[in-house]
This record gives sequence, C-alpha cells and structure tokens, in this order.
Amino acid sequence: MIMARTFILLLLLVVSALLLVTSRHQTRKLFIELEHERQLAQRYQEEYSRLQLEQSTWSVPNRIDGLARDKLEMQLPEPNQIRVIAYEERKNIRTEGAQP
Amino acid sequence: MSIGALASRRKKKIALQIPQGRALLVFVALALLYFVLIGKAFYLQWESGDFLQTQGAARYVRTIEIPGYRGRIVDRMGEPLAISTPVKSLWSFTEKLEMSDGQLKELAGILNVSPRSLKEKINKAGDFVYLAQGISPETAEKARSLKITGLYDENVYRRFYPAGELTSHIVGFTDNKDHGQEGVELARHDLLAGKSGSRRVIINRKGEAVEDIAAVLPPYQGRDLALALDLRLQYLAQSELKAAALEHRAKAASAVVLDARTGEILAMANWPTFNPNSRDQFVPARIRNRALIDIFEPGSTFKPFTAAIALDAGKVKPDTVIDVVDGKMTIGKWTIHDAHKNEKNLTVSEVIQRSSNVGTARIALTMAPEYMWQGLSSMGFGVSVDTGFPGEASGRLRPAKSWKNIEQATISYGHGVSVTLLQLARAYTIFTTDGELMPATLYKEEGKPKYGKPVITPETAKLMRRILKQSTEPGATGARAHIPDYHAAGKTGTARKPEKGGYSKKYVSSFVGFAPADAPRLIVAVMIDEPSAGKYYGSAVAAPVFSRITGKALRMLGVPPDHPVAQDLFEYGEEIVEET
Repeated sequence: MIMARTFILLLLLVVSALLLVTSRHQTRKLFIELEHERQLAQRYQEEYSRLQLEQSTWSVPNRIDGLARDKLEMQLPEPNQIRVIAYEERKNIRTEGAQP
Repeated sequence: MSIGALASRRKKKIALQIPQGRALLVFVALALLYFVLIGKAFYLQWESGDFLQTQGAARYVRTIEIPGYRGRIVDRMGEPLAISTPVKSLWSFTEKLEMSDGQLKELAGILNVSPRSLKEKINKAGDFVYLAQGISPETAEKARSLKITGLYDENVYRRFYPAGELTSHIVGFTDNKDHGQEGVELARHDLLAGKSGSRRVIINRKGEAVEDIAAVLPPYQGRDLALALDLRLQYLAQSELKAAALEHRAKAASAVVLDARTGEILAMANWPTFNPNSRDQFVPARIRNRALIDIFEPGSTFKPFTAAIALDAGKVKPDTVIDVVDGKMTIGKWTIHDAHKNEKNLTVSEVIQRSSNVGTARIALTMAPEYMWQGLSSMGFGVSVDTGFPGEASGRLRPAKSWKNIEQATISYGHGVSVTLLQLARAYTIFTTDGELMPATLYKEEGKPKYGKPVITPETAKLMRRILKQSTEPGATGARAHIPDYHAAGKTGTARKPEKGGYSKKYVSSFVGFAPADAPRLIVAVMIDEPSAGKYYGSAVAAPVFSRITGKALRMLGVPPDHPVAQDLFEYGEEIVEET
C-alpha cells in the first residue's frame, strides 16, 4: 500500500518536474520573441525620429520659399492683386461646385 | 607474460589473506583524497567564488542599455525644432587595434575619408581614439562587418535642429554630452533630459536574451516641449529682418512678434544669427538672443506710455493743447529739442503722431515723479519679463527719488531708461487688450487661461489705440508702417546710443506697433542697431520692416482685412471671373 502511494507521488513529482522544464522552456521562447519585438519597436522608434528629422529638414520654410520662387516661379501677390471676398452666412447658397 | 597467466595470478592473490594494515592504508588514502576534493570545493566556493561567478556571468549575463531620449522641442504647430536621434561612434584603444592595410582602406571608404587621414588620426591619438563620431547606424554596421580587431561602436544621441538658424537663438543648443548650453535647451534642461536605464539578462548561445535576472532600471524619457513660437511667422520675421539689416548695413537687428491678446511670443528673430548644427559658428556675438538679453534706450517708442499714464490719471485729454511752438524747452541748464519743429501747438494726440519730445516732456511734467514711475513700473519697465530664458535682462528704470525734472522729461521720451525689445513689445499689450499687461510667454500652455494685470482703464487703452492708429497715417512719423489691406497702429523710435559722457552718432531705429488697429491680433516690435547706409530714422528704417512682417503675418494667419486696398468687395456667392 505504502509502496503504491509512494510510487504515485514519485510519478507526480516526475511529471511536475517535466512540466516545469517545459514551461521554463516556453517562457524563454516567449521571452526571446518579446525581446525581438522590443528591439523592433526601438528600431522603429529610432527610424521614426530620423524620418521626422528628414521631413522637417526638407520642409524648412527657407527651402520651401526658395523652391516656390525659383522652381515654380511663384510670387507673393501685390495688394492690388488681392481680392477680398466678404463672407456672410446665408441660408440659400448653392454649395455644389464650391469646393472648400 | 600472457594474459592468461596474469589472470591466474590475480585469482591467487585474492585468495590470499590481505594484511590488515594495507586495507587501512588504502582506506585512509581514499578518505584523504576525498577530503582534498571537499577542500577544493570549499576553496572554489569561498576563496575564488567571486572570480568564478564573474567569469561565469561574463559568459551568460549581459547588461542591456534601455535608451532614454532627450525630448523634442516643437513649435506651436508641432513642427520639430530639435530632435535627438541615435547615431554611432566608432572607437578603439589604439594599442589593441589591429587592422591590415586592406581593412584600413575599406574602413576609410565606408567612413568617406582618405586612408591617409584616418591613419594619421590613429597615429596622433593617445590611448584612446574615436575613429568616427556621429555616423549613421547603417555606416557603423558596415564598419563592424569588416571585423577589425579592437574596433568597437557605441550608441550616442545627437541633437539635430532642422530649422537651423531660424530658431537657434530661442532653442539654443546642447553640448556633446547632451546637456543644454544655451536658450530653451538650457532653461528647460531638466524637463527635456532623458536618462538611459538598463537591465541585466541571461543570454543563450545565440546571443538572444532569455531572461531578466535583476530588477530592471527603467529609463527616463525626456518630455517634449512645445514653444509658443510659430515657425512660419518666425521665418517671415527672420527673413524680413535679415533683408533690412543687410540693406541698412546694420550691426544687429531684432524683431519680436507677440499675440496681441495673450502675449505669447509667436516669433523672435535676431540678426546676425548662427547655425546650431555647426559648432564653429558658436561665437557670442552670433548666439546672443538680442531681443531678450540686450538693452537699449527706446527713444520715441516710449512716448505712448507717458501719454497713457497722463491720460489715465486725467491730467490731460487727447485734445488738450500742448505748447511746442519753440521746438525747445529749457529745464535748468539743459535744453531739450524736437527733431522737427512744429509751426503750431499740438494736441496730446498730435504730440504722439508727430513725436514731439517737448510735448511729451510737458505732458510728463504734469505728473509727480513717483506717480509716473509707478505707472512705468507697472507696465513692466525695469522689471524682468520673466520668461525663464537664461540671461534675460530686466532693463533699467531709475527710482523716482533720483529723478530731477530733467530726468523725468527725458525718460518721458525714452532716454535715460533702457529696455529689452521683448519688454517694450510686451508693454504694448496694455494698448491691445483692455489695458492689461499680459505675460509674454515662451511656451505653449494649452487650456490655461491667460490673466493680465490691469494697468490702465479700458477707455484709455481704446484712446491710445486711436492715437497710435493715427500715428501711421500719411503725414505722421509712422506713415511707412502703413500695411496694405489693414489699419496699423504704432510708434517709431530713433535713439542715439549712449556713450561715455554723452550720446554718440550711432543710432538705434525702432518701431513698435500692432494690427489690425481696432481689434489687434499681433504686436510687432522691430529694432535695427546702428543702421549705417545713410538712413537712420525709425520711420525710414524700422517702420517698413514692421509693415512687411505684420502684413504678411496677418495674411498668413488669415486675419480678415479691415481696410482692403481694392475697395470693390466681392460678395460671397457672386461670380468671380477668372483673369484670362
């Protein structure tokens, strides 16, 4: 009787030990995965900051102004070229065709 | 001897009676060996335990840095003005560096330098050398792939300023250890600074982390900081200012744009300027934020304050006539003059419009010195604006006790008192609001109502708006401040620079004003230091700059014109014929 009980307990012990090993292995595998994702996140973060930097470097007002003038041959309108449209809220304005 | 014979001998020996002593001897010997083993175990554990543990850990434990970034500085629209981004540095202990000529050549190619200069760099260096600093991670990766013995890389964060010289005076810069050195970078270093954390992990044979083994030291991420600045307006102000400074061959120039309702600093430009991305331009004359740090005598731009105090006190009314016909006024042994002689006496409004020194002095002398001092002080003169910017000057307003009549007279038209351009611009908020002095703020503070300090009555503020509006009409000194499509208001200033024992022949031209005159949105202050191309009057030098900056800024902000040049207004909905 005692022998049988001991045997069962021993068996349980072995099973639990094996489960421990498996779960430990699982943990590590998941941890590695997590770590990988973390590294990716960090890399994206760094890339984002570089892209942001690049975007803002390309879009500094001096450059846009220069491009508009030289490449697109744009210019600021003179005051007499500016027409001011008096805007009043009115109910029955046709809205189609009036793209904002 | 054959194997068979040996075996038979053994059998015989076993059969023999073993002497007692020998068994004991063997036992003792084995026991001793056993003790040696235990001893060794103890030795390993106690004596060299630390050493071995370190060695073991070195093989499976790694410390990983968790980066903590320095926060970004952005403008009010979120446009980045300062960003930290990771870069790599390649370093080596010179003695341990082993590389073949081929590798040297390849490395030089990757780093985009000549092999000779790279070689020289290594030879000249002491024990330690940076072969490259601030290179992109990709370049560093390529360099690492050469597998040069003794060559290491490290992560560093480099600060970049995409807007460059446009915002350098305000944003400032950091040193190569990421510590703020100037400007906002210095003023708000504690908020911006990030701190890297670290964690210790166990790695497997592939070098992957598999387990955290100690408490993680969390990194501290620097906070982003938004300025009140509008990069577009900053560009406008900066480019107009630069053009004017070059045109008038000025020594320096500054411009400040404030939100007329809240006092927020929307733009603050200085010339000369510097590029924060290249350190060889870091000379004090260039990096100084003159609008905040330099003080100057404001001259006539100060007159409206004297008038406002007198009007507020009821000492004069806008139509009170002041005697200015002489064009001069003698106080003790001093005589003060008007720049342009007037044919007839002027009203208080006209004194401001025509910028009469004599008239302003007479208005000032209707008040007790203490009263006038109190008024000027409550407008922020002689007191720091308190933006928190490093090195900000508070200007100078001497205590009323030391005033004699002549001091009171000269201070009334802006001499013998000194201010920063920001201080001057900010004091104009009492005219653009209902008489309240607004705090001039450098940072964007959302959802926080701005409270001003009441200084003059709303009625006086309105009166002053009218007077200053008339000052930019044809015939008045500020006529060149006229803005197409909008009513402008403001005051010119021309002051000689004080020198040892008097005033020099060098001038400071200024203009401070706001627009639209009746419902002000912007306050713009312009100061041109030592224009030397002939013209030096504020009306000729600074007023046109005001006009250009303010006009463009109002259009950019979409402020509806209150005085359109083309009078034929189009009704909304009316057909607009395209020009062909």
